[in-house]
Amino acid sequence: AALTTVRSKYTVDEKLTPIKDVTTYNNFYEFGLDKGDPAALAGKFKPLPWTIKVDGMVNKPGTFDIEALMKEFPIEERVYRMRCVEAWSMVIPWNGFPLASLLDKVEPQGSAKYVAFETVVRPEEMPGQAGLFQSLNWPYVEGLRMDEARHPLALLAVGLYGETLPNQNGAPVRLVVPWKYGFKGIKSIVRITLTDQQPKNTWQVTNPQEYGFYANVNPAVDHPRWSQATERRIGESGFFGASRHPTLPFNGYADEVASLYDGMDLRVNF
Amino acid sequence: MTAFSLAIPKRWQPASVWLLYVVGLVPAAWYFYLGATDQLGADPVKTFELCLGIWTIRFLILTLAVTPARDLLGWNYLRYRRALGLLTFYYALMHFTVYMVLDQALDIAAVIDDVVKRPFIMFGMGALAMLVPLAITSNNFSIRRLGKNWIWLHRLVYIIGACAALHFALSTKILSLEQYIYVGLIIALILYRSYKPIGRSRKKGQGRARGGRAVASSAS
Repeated sequence: AALTTVRSKYTVDEKLTPIKDVTTYNNFYEFGLDKGDPAALAGKFKPLPWTIKVDGMVNKPGTFDIEALMKEFPIEERVYRMRCVEAWSMVIPWNGFPLASLLDKVEPQGSAKYVAFETVVRPEEMPGQAGLFQSLNWPYVEGLRMDEARHPLALLAVGLYGETLPNQNGAPVRLVVPWKYGFKGIKSIVRITLTDQQPKNTWQVTNPQEYGFYANVNPAVDHPRWSQATERRIGESGFFGASRHPTLPFNGYADEVASLYDGMDLRVNF
Repeated sequence: MTAFSLAIPKRWQPASVWLLYVVGLVPAAWYFYLGATDQLGADPVKTFELCLGIWTIRFLILTLAVTPARDLLGWNYLRYRRALGLLTFYYALMHFTVYMVLDQALDIAAVIDDVVKRPFIMFGMGALAMLVPLAITSNNFSIRRLGKNWIWLHRLVYIIGACAALHFALSTKILSLEQYIYVGLIIALILYRSYKPIGRSRKKGQGRARGGRAVASSAS
């Protein structure tokens, strides 16, 4: 469905990745490992009605209806770069509201240091969660430090290109943290928990040598098996003359977020 | 006997080898056409690169499977092994070319950096480098000229298989079901060969009339 959005100052001046590519080239292992699987196999998924349970170290825990939240908070349009840990990237016009808006609503307690997220588990609607061969342990989980979660760039997206999110992109609500690798952007969120312990995140649990908790985009820290110095911009060129872009520290958002990591060794906290 | 029911009539066999080359190159041609006409999805270069890589693995498995298929099932496809091996080489070469030209856009420095720093690229490059002498000596002249050494040289294919399996397994974030199957097949084929000494299987192959003739024809 079409969304009514307001313009946001968070807009990068780069050519948008065509919507066809944004909606057919996805990593969403709940629907399968192939990039085309989510678009092909997400048809049975029912994103509405949907609620998000917010609990843990908050004064006002609750279960919130996503459609009510979409009426309560203005839906902004934000054009973000998206950098996958696999060294490809897109430029996507997201529609959503700041994660901080929802956090404010539940009044985090002083002891809350982290925010943990959880994706829905529905094997009957998500073929990647069913059957003998399953790629990851479900539910997919992610986490942010409190200051990262409250950063104005951290977005709960409910749409892209002015329409509600397609199933394959994480309907009805997903996280977008543009200075981090794409896998931090957990999809189809059903639960958000505030905690004083650093939460587990699925990829770190799966392969701690290769994926960390922070996962900030960093051209200077290679993935152990491939370089992160450059990226292929999806949809920008065809078969020939595919151009590589240099990858920017914090995916080009260093001015906004670098101070969050003052004094931290980003080679250790990768 | 199974071997006879599956065998192609003798006078069509030379033509069937050429047909195998043609059919074997169809996937590359088809995916190239799709890519060149913008029908290969959002990341056409990567998709083409992966597809050529997977077909390399498939032809490698078929090449390695020729001997066990004869030993265990009585299917004699020795006549096609050279073509299967060369198709493996052609696909590996195309896979590398796409990586070098279309993916890395001929950024030699980046390629060298990849090769020396990334084990998974190292294994792939090693496999391709070892395929070169095998492809060069795949003709009848080399087989005659090198004699026993030819057999030793061509045992490199088992090291190539191991490198290819590592390259394939390390190239993704996690192993897909397809990768488990292909890597498992390669391991099984290498183990079969290490379990079964090459000399013995050759003798056994020569014990059969058809197998013996095929060995003789490829070695003469």
